[in-house]
Amino acid sequence: MDLHFGDSKPTDDERAAVDALLGPPESSWEGADRSDADLRWARGGREARDRRDLLLPGLHAINDRVGWISDGALDYLCRRLTVPPAEAYGVATFYAMFSVKPRPATVLHVCTDLACAAAGAPELCSGIEERLGPGSGVAVERSPCLGLCERAPAALAIRAGDPVRTAVSAPATVEEAVLAASAPDSAPEEPPAALAVPQAGQDGLMLLPRVGVVDPASLDDYRAHGGYTALRRAFELGPAGVIREVTDSGLAGRGGAAFPTGRKWQATASQPDHPHYLVCNADESEPGTFKDRVLMEGDPYALVEAMTIAGYATGAHKGYLYLRGEYPRSLHRLEHAIAQARARGLLGDDVLGQGHAFDIEIRRGAGAYICGEETALFNSIEGYRGEPRSKPPFPVEKGLFGKPTVENNVETLVNVLPILTMGAPAYAAIGTGRSTGPKLFCVSGSVERPGVYELPFGATLGDLLTLAGVRDGLRAVLLGGAAGGFVRADELDIPLTFEGTREAGTTLGSGVVMAFDDSVPLPRLLLRIAEFFRDESCGQCVPCRVGTVRQEEALHRIVERTGTDAAGDIALLREVGRAMRDASICGLGQTAWNAVESAIDRLGAYE
Amino acid sequence: MTVTPLGIPRRVLELTIDGEEARVPEGSTILDACRAAGKDIPTLCEGDTLRPKNACRVCVVEVEGARTLVPACSRKAEPGMEVRTDTERARHSRKIVLELLASSVDLSTTPRVAEWLKEYEAKPDRFGPDAARLNEEPKIDNDLYVRDYDKCILCYKCVDACGDQWQNTFAISVAGRGFDARIAVEHDAPLTDSACVYCGNCIEVCPTGALSFKSEFDMRAAGTWDESRQTETTTVCAYCGVGCNLTLHVQDNEIVKVTSPHDNPVTHGNLCIKGRFGYQHVQNRG
Amino acid sequence: MSKRDRSPKTYTRLTHPLVRDSRDEPFRRASWEEALDRAARGLARNRGAFGMFSCARATNEMNYVAQKFARVVMGTNNVDSCNRTCHAPSVAGLSAAFGSGGGTSSYEEIEHTDVIVMWGSNARFAHPIFFQHVLKGIRNGARMYAVDPRRTSTAEWAESWLGLNVGTDIPMAHAIGREIIHAGLANEAFIARATIGFEEYKALVEPWTLSLAEKVTGVPAAAIRELAHAYARAERAQLCWTLGITEHHNGTDNVRALINLSLLTGHVGRYGAGLQPLRGQNNVQGGGDMGAIPNRLPGFQDILDPDTRLKFESAWDTVIQPHYGLNLTEMFEAMEDGTLKAVYCIGENPAQSEADSEQAVRRLKALDFLVVQDIFLTKTAELADVVLPATAGWAETDGTTTNSERRVQRVRKAVTPPGEAREDIDIICDLAARLGHDWKYADAETVWNELRSVSPDHYGMTYERLEEHQGIQWPCPGTDRLEPTYLHGRLWEREPERRGRPAPFGIVQHDPPVDLTDEEYPIRLTTGRRLDSYNTGVQSGGYASPLRRGEYIELCPEDAERYGVVVGEQVQVTSRRGSVTAPVWVDTALRPGLAFMTMHFPDEVDTNALTIEANCPIAGTAEFKASAIRIEKLPVATIVR
Repeated sequence: MDLHFGDSKPTDDERAAVDALLGPPESSWEGADRSDADLRWARGGREARDRRDLLLPGLHAINDRVGWISDGALDYLCRRLTVPPAEAYGVATFYAMFSVKPRPATVLHVCTDLACAAAGAPELCSGIEERLGPGSGVAVERSPCLGLCERAPAALAIRAGDPVRTAVSAPATVEEAVLAASAPDSAPEEPPAALAVPQAGQDGLMLLPRVGVVDPASLDDYRAHGGYTALRRAFELGPAGVIREVTDSGLAGRGGAAFPTGRKWQATASQPDHPHYLVCNADESEPGTFKDRVLMEGDPYALVEAMTIAGYATGAHKGYLYLRGEYPRSLHRLEHAIAQARARGLLGDDVLGQGHAFDIEIRRGAGAYICGEETALFNSIEGYRGEPRSKPPFPVEKGLFGKPTVENNVETLVNVLPILTMGAPAYAAIGTGRSTGPKLFCVSGSVERPGVYELPFGATLGDLLTLAGVRDGLRAVLLGGAAGGFVRADELDIPLTFEGTREAGTTLGSGVVMAFDDSVPLPRLLLRIAEFFRDESCGQCVPCRVGTVRQEEALHRIVERTGTDAAGDIALLREVGRAMRDASICGLGQTAWNAVESAIDRLGAYE
Repeated sequence: MTVTPLGIPRRVLELTIDGEEARVPEGSTILDACRAAGKDIPTLCEGDTLRPKNACRVCVVEVEGARTLVPACSRKAEPGMEVRTDTERARHSRKIVLELLASSVDLSTTPRVAEWLKEYEAKPDRFGPDAARLNEEPKIDNDLYVRDYDKCILCYKCVDACGDQWQNTFAISVAGRGFDARIAVEHDAPLTDSACVYCGNCIEVCPTGALSFKSEFDMRAAGTWDESRQTETTTVCAYCGVGCNLTLHVQDNEIVKVTSPHDNPVTHGNLCIKGRFGYQHVQNRG
Repeated sequence: MSKRDRSPKTYTRLTHPLVRDSRDEPFRRASWEEALDRAARGLARNRGAFGMFSCARATNEMNYVAQKFARVVMGTNNVDSCNRTCHAPSVAGLSAAFGSGGGTSSYEEIEHTDVIVMWGSNARFAHPIFFQHVLKGIRNGARMYAVDPRRTSTAEWAESWLGLNVGTDIPMAHAIGREIIHAGLANEAFIARATIGFEEYKALVEPWTLSLAEKVTGVPAAAIRELAHAYARAERAQLCWTLGITEHHNGTDNVRALINLSLLTGHVGRYGAGLQPLRGQNNVQGGGDMGAIPNRLPGFQDILDPDTRLKFESAWDTVIQPHYGLNLTEMFEAMEDGTLKAVYCIGENPAQSEADSEQAVRRLKALDFLVVQDIFLTKTAELADVVLPATAGWAETDGTTTNSERRVQRVRKAVTPPGEAREDIDIICDLAARLGHDWKYADAETVWNELRSVSPDHYGMTYERLEEHQGIQWPCPGTDRLEPTYLHGRLWEREPERRGRPAPFGIVQHDPPVDLTDEEYPIRLTTGRRLDSYNTGVQSGGYASPLRRGEYIELCPEDAERYGVVVGEQVQVTSRRGSVTAPVWVDTALRPGLAFMTMHFPDEVDTNALTIEANCPIAGTAEFKASAIRIEKLPVATIVR
């Protein structure tokens, strides 16, 4: 491609960061020194253009090394990958974790989202800024949910360099957060993932049995606790047999949409077009959700094994694990687990000596809630802006790189292990008729023991909150996160099943259960939700791009108003919300009004 | 003899539009079907030379069995589909979309939008005087065309025309996110430092006048732009031998703008810098 | 540092006739009556020593009338146009092989082909909208190969770019041919049925091994081999070229060498498989089709064919000279020896567009009489005795032009010409009337219908149909149907009689550029176009292109370092013919020993003072693409920005 590059040149650091990812340039046309051979023969074309999917890893490489992405660095990356700089600029500016303007090497992301806001994030933020003062060498950025709700308020420090360093402070105090930012290496070790699982070590857990029990770095430990028996079983069953088991188990997607997993696998497996891809959606960004993080940190091999099974069943030889950029520990655990599995022949050309080739590549997100939408995620992996695609065509037919793709959430995949080890009938016997198996819930907010809970489908909201030790003065519970809905404190008998929540006019979503007592001002909470959607709208379609702004403006106007003073704006909100729900391209816009609507209608937020 | 692979026959499928039977070739969109049936559905981001982006959502219709409204411009017609174009639900979304746009973007040069605002009884003012607007100043950084992003509805058509669908220059992209997203060149530089080759194929597809010839921009500013006094004549470009068809827009015997027919087999509506802007020599009349 | 004015000389429209009694005098304004009378007198007294420069930029109708003027009014076949400076070798080569001088494919076909070879063509700059069709093809999965000394924007899109030495196209083509034969990839059935001369060709290319070709062209053998295999194995392949092939002293041979490859593989005469020379001017195809060339009558009909002559003689009520006229190059030579004394030059600017422009100017000055008809007072017009203000063919008149894919399209009048400027056809007819021929053409369509009546290939193209189909490609013999988009499908016919004349392989030898590089002139200068400018810049200088930076001598970074020059520094550029000063630009697309210039800014830097007038003996096109130069630092460094 005849790309245009300006005069900006990369620094040695930036060049080294890109070369570390891509290897040294092969010709002067890619950025090496000019040689006689280059001036006689140049390769380009299809092969050169086919490396676009390395754009996001390349941006990460630069950002990790220097903390921001300069013109020269972006141009160099573009030259290496044959990507137009304007498009790469569009991609770089899409993600919240990247900056195309100079900033300090250390960025402290302070979560100001729902659980953290309720736990004092605003005061924490201003305290940190005051303590650091100007010229501290640390940029403080207010962040959407960091997925550390059980330890709210939370902060994540990232210091660029070689290697990049990170430190988590949660629950954060001003002192601890500042320490994490100024000396990430000497910040105290994060507590083990098991601390987020109050049930850890209990018998009978199907999804969390190893969290807190095994050493998450040890493949041997994983095997000693039942690991890789499911994969053996899968090879015995054959791909069709695995799909039958999963179908018969009644497993439905745990990401929020509850689509039957077996049907999705079957539809992908039967596509004549090849190759097939498996994508694991680990871009857990719904405010209040942290179960996937706990699974990946506490039992990473389970996900590797489950992905291997899914790849085998659907005929995919390549699996992408799209991981939230804000989850450094998950990244390390999974990188290690994948390398170990590869070394032991559990990934690679000949998995378990069964002749099936399968491998996993991790792709890191960079701060975009929308990339949790399955097709936005494809675009993100492919090196484009993470904007959702219109459906149809559906991913099972045209997904990643335009090929048949099965995309599952982490929790969904991990469910496949017990399905294969216990058999579909036994699995299907758990839960209710239409919601089978166990379910993870992320409980946070006004409870004594926040964390991830595993319960069979069918338990009520009250059961769960009792288990978590709900505090007095419960005002409302948010189910399903920002895209979910509020229920009242007197609705605790709602069964936590797909059908039960639907009948109650609310949603299970991704399993968020956030409790709020009467000290939390509801209009402020709704405003935070609206801000979240405004910030996270990709901007592609008008109803969502402008609608989320108008929603936030209206909620801002009525933050101190009630009754007739608020009625006009509430009517406006309803009209805009209805159009967002009806006419937005993807789930983000379609659900951006859900929580607010439920707060108005169910909680009487402005009465 | 090799047989040309053109004109491979397409199957015909049947659907109903507002209760009436309709027959369209397979591969047609709902919008194609609606237009064939004489339905006037508003569109903004749809372009006759571009793949549907369905970003503006002003063309939404109801399809039986669909949870949400569907964009007519991109959704393919299917056998047995029941489409309703004028329901209260569809009209509501169109109205809101028009209000959202009109309250944030300068639509003064968008064809037909005034008519639609009226038809759908849209009241953009109801979001109040403090409703956020784009608030962009026109970017005048070269003598050929102006980018007035206060008029930009972010339809992506310019990006698609500049990118892999036609020009393959990739000078522009959407940068930023959400309401802050803007069309930008790399590093947000002036056009003159960018990859832009001034083909003007972005202007050709811009539905709102955000992109315009400098001549049009200046004449509008001076109040002399008057389309009722303009003639449009299609001729052939005077430069290389490719033979691009140019439509010359002439006011008072001056060429004020150049376009190209979108259905032309040579250009498909696209031109290069010489064809688009290289006309001045004929009117250097001393 | 001095500030340099980036805007080139702007030309203002001519609004009234200009005359002068002697070349030493300035022009004075004249009435049309006086100017036409003077022009008629000047031409009349030089009957028998007359040449017509018709215009590849004007309409088909104008070209038809102009050649008719030469043949009927002046009784000569000395009519030509600037297609001589660009694509005459393509026409000559294609005619020799297939009997017809047009590109064999259509733009749309390249979107549906498998392999595209762009040879000596920077279409991304020179033919941008054609290149959009190429890009569609690439997006549809076609693989593109670029053969060009420079790694141009076009080449940057290629799977593989082959950076050959200037003027080594024949060795490259022959080596590809040899490799195809030796790899068993030749289409033997097609060769046997549709071609002649294969055995001779096989013997011709046999010495051109990949390793010899690597030595001569400078391109690695592996790259040549890959291209050979890709081209030969493709189900459909398109071979496109531009002036990098034709503007050589052996341009026609170059074209033949490329055509050979299509004959070897059967990549011609099928949908998606063919040969596509990209024409440089809006109507360079049509000018030739209309007979504004010395060897053909309208409709590409050979003057030497008695039946053809008879047809035209009866249609025009005249006698047509039974021999070829002089081409543009030969007319210039005839000026030198005094056998050509009067020229009617319409819309051309040979004083700046000819190679070795100083020589061209000297020859034009030696004419007894020069009448120039143009929209501007060009450098050529400044040499004239009479200057007639005309209309801009594309915006101020009605008519048709014919593009590179042989598509005849309507041009229409959109603006009124300035002052007293008049349409070319009207002016020619008024002159003809003064010289005893009373032609009545009510409008362009009348001219067109006369052409249709004498040209079978155009017969089916009424104005009405041209409008309806947005142009029609020739041949179009019938008013009720359209022919396939590609030519020479006959070559694939089973029956020999339907197959017609087999296509001969061209037996052409490598002949390196005439202007050799040596110690004194160590740098190879090649020329080309930029995206935003055009030819001598008379048209393109009129608009304010943000891309324009004026004329530079472009060097590779290594040469700039070797000569100790920097971007913007003025240097002396000298060839064996002339010398200019130009600022330096550094372009990584070049390699050591290879420099690049354009002819877009002749009023700033007269590049053609450097180029060599070594002409293709068959087509008469000069070797613009290969001069030998040296560059020298100026005594006092001047840097322009």
